[in-house]
Amino acid sequence: MSGYLEGILVLLAVNVVFAYGAFLPVAAGQLNLGLAGFAAIGAYASAYLSNTYAIDPILAILLGGIAAGAVALIVAVPVLRTRGIYLALATFAVGQIVQAALLNLEVVGGAAGYPVTAFIRLPTIAAFAAGVVVLVALLFATRFGIAVTAVHDDERVADLMGLNTRAFQVAAFTLGSVIAGIGGGLYAHHFSFIEAQYFNIGLSITIVLYVLLGGTQTVLGPLLGAAVFTLLPELLRGSANWRYVHFAAAVIILMALRPQGLLTAAQIRRLLGLDRAALSRERAA
Amino acid sequence: MLGQQFINGVMLGSVYAMVAVALTLSIGVLNFLNFSIPGLFMIAGMATWALIHAGVAWPLAILGALAITAAVSLVVERFTWRWLRGAEPFVPLVSSMAFLLLFEHLAIAWWGSEMRVLPSLFAGTDWRVAGFVIGVPQLVGLAVSIASIFGLSLLLKRTSMGRSLRTIAEDSDTALLLGVDVNRLVPVVFALAGLFAALAGVLFALNYRQVQPFMGEAVGLKGISAMIVGGMGSTWGAIAGGLVIGITEVLSVGYVGANFVDIAVFGLLLLILFVRPTGLFAGLPAGRGGI
Repeated sequence: MSGYLEGILVLLAVNVVFAYGAFLPVAAGQLNLGLAGFAAIGAYASAYLSNTYAIDPILAILLGGIAAGAVALIVAVPVLRTRGIYLALATFAVGQIVQAALLNLEVVGGAAGYPVTAFIRLPTIAAFAAGVVVLVALLFATRFGIAVTAVHDDERVADLMGLNTRAFQVAAFTLGSVIAGIGGGLYAHHFSFIEAQYFNIGLSITIVLYVLLGGTQTVLGPLLGAAVFTLLPELLRGSANWRYVHFAAAVIILMALRPQGLLTAAQIRRLLGLDRAALSRERAA
Repeated sequence: MLGQQFINGVMLGSVYAMVAVALTLSIGVLNFLNFSIPGLFMIAGMATWALIHAGVAWPLAILGALAITAAVSLVVERFTWRWLRGAEPFVPLVSSMAFLLLFEHLAIAWWGSEMRVLPSLFAGTDWRVAGFVIGVPQLVGLAVSIASIFGLSLLLKRTSMGRSLRTIAEDSDTALLLGVDVNRLVPVVFALAGLFAALAGVLFALNYRQVQPFMGEAVGLKGISAMIVGGMGSTWGAIAGGLVIGITEVLSVGYVGANFVDIAVFGLLLLILFVRPTGLFAGLPAGRGGI
């Protein structure tokens, strides 16, 4: 496989992982604009562990995810006291503070960036990505998925039905951050160099855009969004700058024409023959 | 030294205040966090440079930059608010984020990504008062920002259009039932927000004399912080918030180090969100949920 192709596929896999990190809170009705901060914690923590203690990169990446989740859990309690726009802005502030703190942390290179010695290749990263997709899909097939969707659709009714809405929100936020941290660790161990500047608000926004474009009604939406918007710019070629222009224009047009995202729950039901109304219509015809 | 820092902080804060007013207008009336505003700020700054660079006299360049930016803001209205009113609440926010990306990268395509330097138009006009240096453009900037925000609050309080806008802010469906022409007034909100972002961009370009396509991000993010600190939906709160953020930034650069600015500013934002999410000076209850 050519290096170019491998590079793109690695980026695709990492973006898929990030997208699921953003999807979990969105599915519970929260917008996490600080996702890049949690990805950065995972990247730096795993790189520090594998550089300093020479532990296996896979273990280091998992521990990095746990570190990101731990920070998320600590901030979740006060952050999730806020609602709607305030919540989005609180997560945004957390992301900015993490980035600024890492820029000042000399033990991981500060503003100069941090080289990573251990190296992982595409198969490992693809396996992680597939694992994340399967895990989230399984999770959403359980009671947890139904509860989270209920909290998203109407928090008050979910509360009245006896769900501990806050616990589910904290869980979705924390779990999403663990996944984002794992994504950061994967990125760090493939590209061999990380700098805090990469994990900026632009990254958080782009990942959230992948998820919303793919559609948040189904578990497969983020996968589709991340895949289309990682691969499409490669097909269009053009300079990096024009890629962003195309991406942004695509977002604006897509949101105007199809605000529910590319993939909806109704489409999936129809595809799998689970849509009774459509089936009976077909039979009648 | 402290006094001079304070003056510099107030000048920077007046730029943040204008951005915060643009944001707060959008949130207060439409309940829409308009992420395109940092992009509009950048367009105004870059357009000022481009027009002056092309040999246009500076007063005309300023007017041109303001007009271009307000027009672009109306385009944003077409593609965010107008189409997406019935959609999920986060959708206009998402589109406005895409507009920020679009503006930044179109600016790179047109003007290149390097830092552009404006000529010094007001050299030698600094005032020295009791040992403090006060730049005339900075002073004019502060006066313009206070005067325009005062004008806006008069418009909102005293005119019939202002009453209509406040009705939309209360409840846009009820406003429609009461005969308020929402479709005619929403573009007015966007034009006003664009104008405030543009004034901030022009003032920034003339005062700091450096512009580049990503200049909107740092200032826009601090404008958001200023808006929250002052209280969402409150125009005078935006001034107070802008000054608090500007002074916090300049003091943390002066006494702790430039690398700690973001920690100080966004730490303050987070603290306010936890402790008093309605802001320090909130006059209006805003943020009725929804993203």
